[in-house]
Amino acid sequence: MNLPIWMPYALCGAGLIGLGLYGLLARPQLLRRILAFNVMGAGIFLLFGALARRGEIAYADPVPQAMIITGIVVAVSATALALALIVAHAGAGGGEGLPSDTPGGGKRDERGDDDARDDAGHDRRIPGRDRRRNEREGAAR
Amino acid sequence: MSPALLALVLTLPLLGALGAVAVGRHGGPVAVAAALATLAAALWLAVRVATDGAVSIAVGHWTPPLGIRLTADGPAVLFLATTAVIMTAVVLYAVHWITGPKAGADRDGPMVHTFWALLLLLWGALNVIFVSRDLFNLYVGLELASLAAVALVGIEGRRETLAAALRYLLFALTGSLLYLLGAALLYSAHGTLDLGLLAGQLGRHPSDLLALAAMTAGLAAKTALFPFHVWLPPAHAGAPPAASAVLSALVPKASLYILLRLWFDAEPDGAGPVGPLLLGGLGAAAVLHGSLMALRQQRLKLIIAYSTVAQLGYLFLVFPLVAAAGALDPAGGDAAWRGTLFQALSHALAKAAMFLCAGLIIEAAGHDRLERLAGTARALPITLFAFGLAAISLMGLPPSGGFVAKLLLIEAAFERGAAAWALVVLLGGLLAAAYLFRPLAAAWRSPDGDAPGFAPVARRRQALPMALALAALGLGLFSAGPAELMGGLP
Amino acid sequence: MATPFDLALSLLVLVIAAFAVLGRHGFMAVVFFITFGLLLALAWLRLDAVDVALAEAAIGAGLTGVLLLVARSRLKALEPPLAPAPHPVLRAGAGVGAAAVTTGLVLAIPALPLSTGLQAEVMEQLPLTGTDNPVTAVLLNLRGWDTLLETLVLLAALLGVWTLAREIDWPGRAGRAHRTRPDGVLAQFGRVLPPLALVIGVYLVWVGGHRPGGAFQGGTVLAAAWIVTVMAGLLPAPRVDDRTLRTALLAGPVAFVVLAVAGLLADSVLVFPPDRAKLLLLGLEALLAVSIAATLAMLVFGAPEDRSGRDP
Repeated sequence: MNLPIWMPYALCGAGLIGLGLYGLLARPQLLRRILAFNVMGAGIFLLFGALARRGEIAYADPVPQAMIITGIVVAVSATALALALIVAHAGAGGGEGLPSDTPGGGKRDERGDDDARDDAGHDRRIPGRDRRRNEREGAAR
Repeated sequence: MSPALLALVLTLPLLGALGAVAVGRHGGPVAVAAALATLAAALWLAVRVATDGAVSIAVGHWTPPLGIRLTADGPAVLFLATTAVIMTAVVLYAVHWITGPKAGADRDGPMVHTFWALLLLLWGALNVIFVSRDLFNLYVGLELASLAAVALVGIEGRRETLAAALRYLLFALTGSLLYLLGAALLYSAHGTLDLGLLAGQLGRHPSDLLALAAMTAGLAAKTALFPFHVWLPPAHAGAPPAASAVLSALVPKASLYILLRLWFDAEPDGAGPVGPLLLGGLGAAAVLHGSLMALRQQRLKLIIAYSTVAQLGYLFLVFPLVAAAGALDPAGGDAAWRGTLFQALSHALAKAAMFLCAGLIIEAAGHDRLERLAGTARALPITLFAFGLAAISLMGLPPSGGFVAKLLLIEAAFERGAAAWALVVLLGGLLAAAYLFRPLAAAWRSPDGDAPGFAPVARRRQALPMALALAALGLGLFSAGPAELMGGLP
Repeated sequence: MATPFDLALSLLVLVIAAFAVLGRHGFMAVVFFITFGLLLALAWLRLDAVDVALAEAAIGAGLTGVLLLVARSRLKALEPPLAPAPHPVLRAGAGVGAAAVTTGLVLAIPALPLSTGLQAEVMEQLPLTGTDNPVTAVLLNLRGWDTLLETLVLLAALLGVWTLAREIDWPGRAGRAHRTRPDGVLAQFGRVLPPLALVIGVYLVWVGGHRPGGAFQGGTVLAAAWIVTVMAGLLPAPRVDDRTLRTALLAGPVAFVVLAVAGLLADSVLVFPPDRAKLLLLGLEALLAVSIAATLAMLVFGAPEDRSGRDP
């Protein structure tokens, strides 16, 4: 069998893309979805890099390599912001996943704290208190 | 001269953002200075392009395929100028909002340290997107815009806004990766990511179709096309009003703009009739669904946000309208092309005006629930007048920019013998009238005897949404100039 | 020619990734993810992309792994309510969509036309770019406009993290106070590792001019040195309004944007005149490494939090 060296890596990249996409869309935990985002990104980079290695030239095309390095840095930036949001969301009483109902859709926004919500919102609540409040509301519903 | 102007339009917001980080909590004046300078440069550039034609720069003098080309043509300068007008109004609005009495405690909080820089980074990213002709450079621009936008959504740090920011981020990241996948495939097959060099090359290989599908799906998710729109209403309604104005008016247009460039600049053939029909169908569904959802909302900001879902829907009608014109009849798509650009620009101005109005109403009343807005029109007459003017444009009534947009889209539909699309446009206008009538009626009601009072809002701040609403109107009154800049289908 | 090693490595990468994405246990998922990143770095070496391998190992596996571990431990301490299981229809749809994308790619890959790529063009212009490393030439000069925006993406992420601070914690020291026993393993580690990492980091930045390495890889190693020092409790994290910190964060992006603006004198943006390109790139790379190191470390430290009364 005369498989070129880039081929297994390109196919691996294709597999990672599907795997990551599935995890990004279908895993319940936010943390895992961000992990899956990184797997999908890595798959795209691997596919891109493997395809750039197809020619008969002895060295790889530097343009995709530079783009991939840029992509890796962009991905870590997005990951850092996402993880900080996830922790802050949990700190403010949110779960480890996103609530399934969309505000304003379905059940509508009949929540009691809508007024506070629009109060230009500068009252940054203390996480613990906020969580207790949310639990109370949850019990009331 | 003109290349230097383009360079300034691109770099001034970025310099402003870095300056704002450097000065910490005194970022406001830096942002105002950067905004006014960028506005001047953008308007001047638009005038130059209108008189002398498009301006093009090869970054670092490296021409594609090796380097990146930045081109400010007619449509690009229209978006640059509109963005500059909206951003300047938002910056001037936010200066008072961020140091206003309510935010007094925030004068040295994280808000003042981050808001200005994020807003200016977002502006810089949008400007890059409007002129860059390189698909990977556009990717980095999109990511910069997305991260700054997501941060602005969550900036108030409450659980609901954090959830909205996260939902938005997940959609944005999925969309970006799909886009990046397409770009990687295109580079692998064609050895370039320059839109100009790709023109006429796309559609030759099966992988191109896959790339185009992935990029289109990714960009559609970022543009909140139905059914990928679920992130938009909570994000746009949850952000502070100054940020909402930018997020709703401009950010989805950036991904749409790339989609238009991809489809109409790079002219993929072999896309078949199914793709355009699907995009148009989802656009029509967005118009109807967004409007009906807007009708059901009890809060002003949610009405405005759902209205964005509907108004973005019109922008996807261009795909079937142009595809129906056929590749051999490019002139036939001109009306659809111009109608779409008019819709994008007039919606941007009107929507920014509306969110700033909502912000002022919230500042005055302390909330935005419709049933308790009675008496607002008496307390904030200028604001409500501005809201009404913006509503005229969204409904598509003459003489607004929205009217010109819808007229052109209907004309294109009839020219193509596809009256169903015209029906969508007409129905959308009627529904817009219905969902925008509700807040106006609520505000004009007389308050009950014991209604709470309104906090005063300075006139000059009420003038900001007024200026934007008048600009949306002016786009219709003086439509000849912009129409000429738009040109025909590229 | 692909060897059995390549086949095995590709397969292993896929399997480890599947464990990371689909596994039940959250902590193990992160461990699998870090392993996945290190194996990927190996794959990049096999593809002759040493610069990418370094970036993947340092940023993709190392830094992302640290971010995930830190986030997981903080999340665990908060005991958030469990995530609702996604709707079966959504899961099925995601499965079908993901399978369709992978199938499409697998079918398209062998049929993909062979483009020549841009190796030859880059090599032709290399003498004018001011560096001997073609990847650095593309990254900083030929496509420097991408990289300029990328440094701003990093900055935007940090600003986004900072928005999440509570007002009472602002402007405190970044993150939480790390208290470690002075004779503990981490503290010992913290004394030995940073000087070593400092040397490696500076070397990587310097060597990027002619061999694999550069501001991003070197900057990440420098960030690692700082992160370990702080986590070991040997140095406190800086205050977010610290002047030196802000200077470090901004030095690289400011140099980049100023260089871009200066390009308008030559009717373009971001021009590196060939006769001065080497010096400009060297200076830019050094400043970028400082800013990248500072930004990445601050991203790991996080927003100021919970320091009331505990820290002067």
